[in-house]
Amino acid sequence: MNNKVNRFVPEGYRPFVSSSDYQNKERKLIKEKKQNNKIVFLKDIKEVFDYLNIQSGQTISFHHHLRNGDYVQNMVSQEVLRRDLKDLHYAPSAIFPSNAILADLIKNGNVTNVDTNYLNGPVSDVIGEGYLKGMLVMNTHGGRPRKIESGELPIDVAFIATPTVDKNGNGYGGIGKAACGSLGYAISDLMYAKKVVLVTDNLVDSLDRIELDKKYVDVVLVVDSIGDPKGIVSGTTKITKDPIGLKIANMTAKLLDEIGLIKDGMSMQTGAGGTSLAVASYVKNIMLEKGIKGSFASGGITGYFVDMQKKGLFDELRDVQCFDIDAVESYNNNPHHIGMSASKYANPYDDPVVDYLDVVILGATEIDKDFNVNVTTDSYGKIIGGSGGHSDTAHGAKVSIITTNLIKSRMPIIKDHVTTVTTPGEDIDILVCERGIAINPKRKDLLEKLKNSKLPIKTIDELYELAHSITGEPKKLNLSKEVIGVVEYRDGTVIDSLYRK
Amino acid sequence: MRRSLLFIPGNNPAMLQNADVFGSDAVIFDLEDAVNVLQKDSARNLMHCYLETHPNQPMEVVVRINGLDTDYYQKDLELIVSDNIDSIMLPKARVVYLNQLDEMLTKIEKEKKMKKHIKVLPIIELAVSVLEVEEIVKCPRVDGVLLGAEDLTSDMEVTRTKAGVEIEYPRARIAMACKAYQIDAIDTPFTDVNDYEGLLKDALHAQELGMNAKSAIHPNQLDTINKVFLPTEKQITWALRVRQATKEASEKGLGVFSLDGKMVDKPVMERAEKILMKAEKFGAI
Amino acid sequence: MSDIQKIGSAGSVESNDCLVTISASDHLEVEIQSIVDAFFHDQIEKVVLDTLKEKGLNNVKVSLQDKGALDYTIKARLLTAIERMEAK
Repeated sequence: MNNKVNRFVPEGYRPFVSSSDYQNKERKLIKEKKQNNKIVFLKDIKEVFDYLNIQSGQTISFHHHLRNGDYVQNMVSQEVLRRDLKDLHYAPSAIFPSNAILADLIKNGNVTNVDTNYLNGPVSDVIGEGYLKGMLVMNTHGGRPRKIESGELPIDVAFIATPTVDKNGNGYGGIGKAACGSLGYAISDLMYAKKVVLVTDNLVDSLDRIELDKKYVDVVLVVDSIGDPKGIVSGTTKITKDPIGLKIANMTAKLLDEIGLIKDGMSMQTGAGGTSLAVASYVKNIMLEKGIKGSFASGGITGYFVDMQKKGLFDELRDVQCFDIDAVESYNNNPHHIGMSASKYANPYDDPVVDYLDVVILGATEIDKDFNVNVTTDSYGKIIGGSGGHSDTAHGAKVSIITTNLIKSRMPIIKDHVTTVTTPGEDIDILVCERGIAINPKRKDLLEKLKNSKLPIKTIDELYELAHSITGEPKKLNLSKEVIGVVEYRDGTVIDSLYRK
Repeated sequence: MRRSLLFIPGNNPAMLQNADVFGSDAVIFDLEDAVNVLQKDSARNLMHCYLETHPNQPMEVVVRINGLDTDYYQKDLELIVSDNIDSIMLPKARVVYLNQLDEMLTKIEKEKKMKKHIKVLPIIELAVSVLEVEEIVKCPRVDGVLLGAEDLTSDMEVTRTKAGVEIEYPRARIAMACKAYQIDAIDTPFTDVNDYEGLLKDALHAQELGMNAKSAIHPNQLDTINKVFLPTEKQITWALRVRQATKEASEKGLGVFSLDGKMVDKPVMERAEKILMKAEKFGAI
Repeated sequence: MSDIQKIGSAGSVESNDCLVTISASDHLEVEIQSIVDAFFHDQIEKVVLDTLKEKGLNNVKVSLQDKGALDYTIKARLLTAIERMEAK
């Protein structure tokens, strides 16, 4: 069966209909878990497995804020290997190259199903090679909490890496050896998993601020180290120096200004990449010039936005995950830097922050003539990322903008059809690249506003032709038809399938 | 009429590929200093193939050839001069070289049955060239002159500074000579690509001395340069008022009249028209 | 001088460039390594073969390491490699 964006949907999965179809359904909530027993403090992962009687076939979840420095998922995976548990379902919010050991678990059949929002590195390779016996499901940041709270993704045990835990069993992410700031992606796991384990390397007497409430916690596992700080937060994220990236960013800011989006009360989100930050920096200049004060910036927060907030350009920061040390520091000390759960950030049924965004600046590995965007696979079909909050913010924001180079290493970024649909074209309003700007024809209002613009506004077909006239026509590949997974849209429908290499 | 001229190294495919996207009025493809002596052949072939693929560029196409005191310039010209380029930039320019270059270009234009008449942009980067500049601007094909401060200061044995006191005289002298013959006075590039404030200051100062364009060694410098050498809103408003008043005056049969208590005569009208022409060309009105 | 020593090389392995090596051989052989091989192999090969034909070269071995170069870059690097080979 094919869905409404004309992609194959395997049997047993609901096909994608439209980005607003969730409005036709009611929110489903299972009961929050309750923990009346005393919290147990343990010192060895083996004891946790024994205490909770973790068995083959169970579903285990993790969050990804220790990013490429995370030891917790690997610690659990080691124990799974040692016990040779089989047929586990892993549901981490993201999988990074540092989680390479999971590749062995998949090859051995210890893990046979995976749910995640973002995936790259060696685990992507083995799944792409077809080693996962069940299915890979790629969720969105908002789709995951929806899936957990509705019971569609029941979690047996959530292992929550927690930079600091107090002796009562409450957790906080902003301090400790492995401080990572906001713990937004772990909240649904905390509230709905059958058993919750906080894993920490910093046990304190008491905490001033609490993100993880002890009422949900079963076990606190205290270990020497939960992660390598070097892999957790980067140094200060910097604006790109690449002239193409800057040109794109500059055009984007001018465009936002012409559309009239740079105004008092504005809200925006950008990614943490160099070009996204450059957009923020040009927007910042316009805001300063015109004396504009925005309401909030959201998402993964970087030092750049911390600085803008401090300069009074935004009232608040809504932070689901800190990207750098400046953001962590601000999260701890700045009362206007507010944490939020992934559900509050992006769950379509939780009146999410994304619905209040004026503008979101997003990337793309491919975009097609229908404005469908791929950030899940490369042009060979290899998984190199995932939606994260891409489809959530694109739907929620009043204007969603893709900034990308038109050509990367001879590959034109605009395709007839993207290799994998991550975000449907109905939610993408504008493409900005170095050779021009394309507006989704559905946005007649934007086209009207820009009809006298001096910006290089073209149709997406014109940009497509332009790119192909420079690069030549890339050969169409015959990719495998063997399904290894699905890309799940935020409402739980399948927007595309993933195929074996 | 130019404001900005962007240098692009001639042997760098990644930069060539995007030379046309940055919004400079001219691109100077460099076969000289940006290319290692062992790669002169490679750069020349690359430029040639690139230009053949891009016959109609949105900006002026300038190629900086190797100097007439080197072994490379002849091959440069043979391969590069065609209807696909607009101008040749000549380093270490002297009157004698410019005359030689004119002869060679005339010959090539004839042989290749070219439609275009190639212009020449000499670089003043020797002390002797500064002294010759009044003659240089009169040479055939010369349509603008670039100050090359790095080589000039080394020829002068003075230190090159950001403040630029050492190039005050050549800037003024070049500007004067160019303006006398109504050609472009193009300022030397600002070499600290991370110092945008310094660039702005430098460009404004060059403009005060009469320079009307500036070269750039990085695309990120173009925004500043294009802004500095564009007439200001105040100038444009004034010029539009002069144009309107001129029209009204001429309907009354007046050749000279007064505006805001100041006399407006032919030179003032011409100045206003020049401002408007520039503003129109560069999309400011 | 034997034909075997005739060899020329040009270009680089920087992005959007390619490194071309050409040498005399007893038959025509073109070897292409490219980061976009799956999409542009045929087009790269065509540029190489057309250029060799233009230069009347039949018995040469060309090996090309490509980092996403456009056609004109590939042609220019090959032309330079040929000139360098012939200068030897």
